[in-house]
Amino acid sequence: MSRVPFYLLVGVLMIAGIAVTVYRHVAFEVPWVPGEQRQVWEVEAQVNFIAEDGSAKVNLALPTNQEGFRILTENTGSSGFGLSFLDDDKGRRAQWATREANGSQQLYYSVQLLVAPNAARPRVEPPPPDQDISWARPYDTAAQEVIDRAYRQSSDAFTFSRELVRAFSGDRQDENARLLLTQFDRPTLLVKLLNQAGVSAREIHGLLLEDGRRRQSLTTWIQVFNADGDWAIINPTSGEQGRPDNLLLWEAGDQAALEVQGGRDSKVTFSMLQHNEPASVAVRNQLANDTLLNFSIHSLPLEEQSLFRTILLIPIGALVVVLLRVLIGIKTSGTFMPVLIALAFIQTTLFTGLVGFLLVVAVGLVIRSYLSHLNLLLVARVSAVIITVIAIISIFSVVAYRMGLNAGLTITFFPMIILSWTIERMSILWEEEGPKEVLIQGGGSLLTAVLAYLAMNNPWVRHITFNFLGVQLILMSLILLLGNYTGYRLLELRRFKPITED
Amino acid sequence: MWATPSQLKIKGIIGMNRRNIRYIGRYNDRRLYPLVDDKLQTKLLAKRYGITTPDLIGTVSNQFSVKHIAEMVAGHPGFVIKPAKGSGGKGILVVERQDAEGYIKPSGHRLYREDLERHVSNILSGLYSLGGSPDVAVVEALIDFDESLSEYTYEGVPDIRVIVFKGYPIMAMMRLSTAASDGKANLHQGAVGVGLDIATGTALRGVQFDRTRVDHPDTGHELSSLKIPDWDVLLTLAANCYEMTGLGYLGTDMVLDRRHGPMLLELNARPGLAIQMANGEGLRPRLDLIERQDEGIDVEARVAFARQHFARRGELQEAVA
Repeated sequence: MSRVPFYLLVGVLMIAGIAVTVYRHVAFEVPWVPGEQRQVWEVEAQVNFIAEDGSAKVNLALPTNQEGFRILTENTGSSGFGLSFLDDDKGRRAQWATREANGSQQLYYSVQLLVAPNAARPRVEPPPPDQDISWARPYDTAAQEVIDRAYRQSSDAFTFSRELVRAFSGDRQDENARLLLTQFDRPTLLVKLLNQAGVSAREIHGLLLEDGRRRQSLTTWIQVFNADGDWAIINPTSGEQGRPDNLLLWEAGDQAALEVQGGRDSKVTFSMLQHNEPASVAVRNQLANDTLLNFSIHSLPLEEQSLFRTILLIPIGALVVVLLRVLIGIKTSGTFMPVLIALAFIQTTLFTGLVGFLLVVAVGLVIRSYLSHLNLLLVARVSAVIITVIAIISIFSVVAYRMGLNAGLTITFFPMIILSWTIERMSILWEEEGPKEVLIQGGGSLLTAVLAYLAMNNPWVRHITFNFLGVQLILMSLILLLGNYTGYRLLELRRFKPITED
Repeated sequence: MWATPSQLKIKGIIGMNRRNIRYIGRYNDRRLYPLVDDKLQTKLLAKRYGITTPDLIGTVSNQFSVKHIAEMVAGHPGFVIKPAKGSGGKGILVVERQDAEGYIKPSGHRLYREDLERHVSNILSGLYSLGGSPDVAVVEALIDFDESLSEYTYEGVPDIRVIVFKGYPIMAMMRLSTAASDGKANLHQGAVGVGLDIATGTALRGVQFDRTRVDHPDTGHELSSLKIPDWDVLLTLAANCYEMTGLGYLGTDMVLDRRHGPMLLELNARPGLAIQMANGEGLRPRLDLIERQDEGIDVEARVAFARQHFARRGELQEAVA
């Protein structure tokens, strides 16, 4: 009779629920409140080239989830080209190919990116340092002198890189630097010098995001790795260390951003637009990952999603019923009938729903009292009540519509079978226990339905239940706990009051 | 208006949640429920255990036999027709006497053969049973209830509810029907509940609609003089129901017949908590005491234990004295 396994189960459910919920919040940036706005960038890459009559193959680097940004959706536009996505350790790439192309060609790739300040930077393996670096005379001495000087004035890979960049900029530019710059372009030169000094580094290409800019091109940055395998981005011009907030890394695998075979004059330009979206929309657009932890309703088609939006609210209604029955002691007619009525209220809005419910049940009770004189078998009687309810609902809808009350039409959302059973039960209750008990139980049911409706229709509750499936586990553990409550109900404090008076 | 939880706790009151989880859930095996939910089964079982119940005149289990109901009851002056699976007194038809023309109810209302047949037919089709499932009509001899109690009740037969926990009769009350309760012995419909001393079977305290009463609202008879005859037999009968059903937390409803003495009317696996109101005392201390007792004690010892430990002096007598 030990309760330990029970509390263990409740504890496990509770902890698992909280963990999954927090994980979704932290790892996928799903906000706690529905109104929160999220910054979303829309970036379009346009590839232009002139095809040289024949087959053509275009290979474009694509961004991946990275520090500061998470990919929501991607689209491509490329008539006449076959498209495939390649994903390897060098990064993601799109490959367009065609047998027959000539003249000017345009290919489009657009991506929606969620600004995610907390997104973790992916782990990157440092490239193996280039072993045999050779310089033609007299560049070898110049390079060595620049390296030696920067080395003396630095302590680690990052400070060394910064010193090196500074050696090629502004007033510090000396003869050696000027000499080297005549032969190489700056980023290539820097990477070569770093490699020669035994520091892993490579060129990467990124896009500086600025709202409304068009025809932008990628800029080159230097990624420097230190001995611990940590890395930093160094601006090759200013020597500044660190990623600017608006820098989107487009190609980070030491490869060309764009490769075109069978074409000439190829170039890729970018246009970008920033807008704010409600967080929930941004969340919905996240690409569904098939991992277990990212188990999400958002991977379902939209239609099923809206169905689940309602289904996932039912546990909230159930919790309200359990609370009211176990802690308060309210009597309802049919245990979960109020939840179904509350679901109907969500469709009809509260006032219309209440009026409609009372009308249908009142008229139904009158007709049911006649049916009870006919002395029918139960199933036949309830079936007759169902047909009556349908008739009442139809008549009300038509009358409401004729009177110009469009709200009256929503009455059809009521679950008719449930209403029929409610009428049947209330009618029996009336005959056996009198109208007072009908009022108590009917009022209790309606009160429960209204409270369940208020809970289920709360925007925050809707947001939480839909976006955090872990909440269902928490609800489950709460309901299990309540199922174990042996204390008094609130209304019992009143019921047993006379005993305490002697 | 409101009591605090600690006030109720001091009085030892148990609430619905505690009753359901701690006692019904723990001591009543669900597969035993049919024994008490079906009155016919209870009756047949009681017969095997030598527990007196009202005489069974017969049963009607199919619509074809409905026509024979008149032959069945012929020669029995008073009888009761009830659904085997009915609850809360639903569908019980009481006929006090019959003559050449028909049947007369206690209220004087006259019924004819067709009325009887229709009632039985309704019972068979499940009108009164839980969930409307098909049912069996049970016909019993009318209880010839003890005249000494007639001043305490209005129309209906008063019954005695004894809560039997692990075979010990721990608390008892008598339910007296009133005009407000329409002759039914249901407390929430307005019947008067009178707490009974387990030691002596004398009245302790009366309540109606959860408020204290010292007399019967209709007959005006004071309640303090109420004393149940054959109290020891009644308690033994009630305690025996534990062995009979195996249910640890049981409500037994008994009646007193003038000739046969205490009889078992029906059993309830989910007895209500109103008995605490009628006794002005919570069940908790008694339940706790019984939980500490060993298993396998015989009926007489259990009854003796209960009478010794749960003895009380009625507040009604104190009020009179």
